[in-house]
Amino acid sequence: MAALARILRQCRGWRAKHLLGAKDLSRDHLERILGLSLNLDRVPPDDLRAAAPLKGRRVFNFFAEASTRTKTSFSIAARQLGAEVLDFSPSTSSLTKGESLKDTAKVIESMGVDFVVIRHAAGGAPHFLSRQVHGAVLNAGDGMNEHPTQALLDLLTIKKVLGRTTKLRIALVGDIAHSRVARSNLWVHRTLGNEVVLCGPATLVPRELPARISHDLDRVLRESDVVMMLRLQLERQQAGLLPSATEYARLFGLTRERMDLLPKGAIVMHPGPMNRGLEISAEAADSDRSVILDQVANGVVVRMAALLLLAEALS
Amino acid sequence: MSLVIRGGRLYDPAQGIDKVGDLHLENGKIAEKGTAEEEIQAKGLLVVPGLIDMHVHFREPGREDKETIASGCEAAVAGGFATVACMANTGHPTDTAAHVTYVRKRAEEIGLANVHPIGAVSKGLRGEELAELGTMARAGAVAFSDDGQPVLNSELMRRALEYARMFDRVVISHCEDATLTRGAVMNEGEVSAELGLRGWPNVAESAMAARDILLAELTGARVHLAHVSARQTVELVRWAKRRKIPVTAEVTPHHLALADDRLREYDSRFKMNPPLRTAEDVSAVLAGLADGTIDAIASDHAPHTVEEKEQELAACPNGVVGLETTVGVVLDLVAAGKLPLARAIEALTWAPAGILGLRRGTLLPGVSADVTLLDLKAAWKVDPKSFRSRGRSSPFSGMKLRGRAVHTIVGGRLCY
Repeated sequence: MAALARILRQCRGWRAKHLLGAKDLSRDHLERILGLSLNLDRVPPDDLRAAAPLKGRRVFNFFAEASTRTKTSFSIAARQLGAEVLDFSPSTSSLTKGESLKDTAKVIESMGVDFVVIRHAAGGAPHFLSRQVHGAVLNAGDGMNEHPTQALLDLLTIKKVLGRTTKLRIALVGDIAHSRVARSNLWVHRTLGNEVVLCGPATLVPRELPARISHDLDRVLRESDVVMMLRLQLERQQAGLLPSATEYARLFGLTRERMDLLPKGAIVMHPGPMNRGLEISAEAADSDRSVILDQVANGVVVRMAALLLLAEALS
Repeated sequence: MSLVIRGGRLYDPAQGIDKVGDLHLENGKIAEKGTAEEEIQAKGLLVVPGLIDMHVHFREPGREDKETIASGCEAAVAGGFATVACMANTGHPTDTAAHVTYVRKRAEEIGLANVHPIGAVSKGLRGEELAELGTMARAGAVAFSDDGQPVLNSELMRRALEYARMFDRVVISHCEDATLTRGAVMNEGEVSAELGLRGWPNVAESAMAARDILLAELTGARVHLAHVSARQTVELVRWAKRRKIPVTAEVTPHHLALADDRLREYDSRFKMNPPLRTAEDVSAVLAGLADGTIDAIASDHAPHTVEEKEQELAACPNGVVGLETTVGVVLDLVAAGKLPLARAIEALTWAPAGILGLRRGTLLPGVSADVTLLDLKAAWKVDPKSFRSRGRSSPFSGMKLRGRAVHTIVGGRLCY
């Protein structure tokens, strides 16, 4: 328990009130989140539950878009820290009855909530919400903009597997244009000074993003320490951005054969859910290079760290 | 009725007048001399022809919750505008002579600003069949436009130009290739890529502007490009004017003063159509306005309800109010040395009058006594709560500006 108290002291002096985007996080922020996550990882869950550092705090899970893993992960993290979790999901909420985000914010406010975890189809919805409520807002994915806790859990995974978070070559592969995971990871690795290459079809990689762009996956794989495969939404084909899923898999899918191009020690990641056989083959997903399940496991601890740090700014 | 404006700096780009003196208004007209029953002291003020805003959206009939002709007229005169031309995309579109007459009658009853209706190009703004342009012209429509949306069908646009030419009316084009702007909430560029917001590329405007310029050349009819925002469009208009193609253009204060980096806060008061562009585009439209490539300044005053605008970006409608900030923003650009005063005033008076064929926008004796008094030095802060307009969403909210309208006189009557 003394160890836990020491860990919690690490939160002192945290100023940022909300977690809206990875873009807003400095190198120092990233190091603190990572350090806290690694320490929390070593604390037995029972000790955490007994200490309940967020006892009396309310976390409001507001998922206006379907989500299983992120929502569950936030719930577990909050409960583990002794917070009370309220759930608000689209099928049961007034959202489907046409309630505006502003009114939802007022409802949240009237419930005396300390944290709002929001996922929303509109980019900037968490920013809008943060101007309407007193509590801390955590972005759990907004449109095509950001998914900061995903990038943080990815970073923790990299740290745990490769032992470092700098001097890395990171490849983000797939539908960059529509991906909030890609953006959050791009900002994190730019802040850390890592080399980032965006790889995908020209129709799905905006040229204006501040990173190197490549359309040659084979070459990218040969020069990467971390390869993050992104989910391809099948509606991109209907929107005229791709000729076919088959051609996509052929040009940008991580096949069994392509796995051999990876340098020694390189790892494969995917934020999930995967389209097996499309952007990633079963062999690649289940290979010993894949850290996809580690990513899921690391989600809880990173979200605990985020909640604890924001609680510091609240108090 | 007789009024004299004493000791102001009379400023009329149409006549090249810039001198201190008195201005007489007699029986609703500007006069050489007068009987001076009443007077207004204008020492230290700029006395200019009543300002004209050739592009506003008063939502009546149909969406009076956003704006009525009355609230719009109050906003106009409070902002220094004696005359406005209002677009056809009201709740029930202005696509027949009856609608045109309704707008004019309502405005006459209100008795503040001169309101000139713009008729729809196509029935119901559907972009399929021509509306009755001739009957609307006879009822007082000063121009035609489906503004709010483009006339996508090039054949229809061609026929509209040919047809409107019979009545010497200009067709105002909302340049947007809608196939390139689906789901867009802001300008396409570095900022939209960074924010993960769907972008509206410059080419969607400029490709359509190129089409309409070439249609004007083909038909010999006058086309006017609304709210030019892209640097490529400025280049195209410059090219067209060199070739003597009958094209004119306008720019809004927000496109002159603000760039797309404002969207970084995801604030809906920066969402309009066309969107705020890059700093490079801002310089290009400013330069185009300064050298006369762009003829007029128009607010594109587009009020919405607070409920509609107070939403996440993707959900809120395009459009911001402008009638009560245009003068401040433009005079602030003048004060900052970015725009010559003569061009600023011309673009708000004589230029739009010429495009719409109005006998206004000058202080020439015999013309309707529409006069605006401007204080070039007054510093003020934009507070939407003080707006007469029902719309509250302004990209200039909270901004400090130099210069404002002090009085607005319409037809010899002090309206503000």
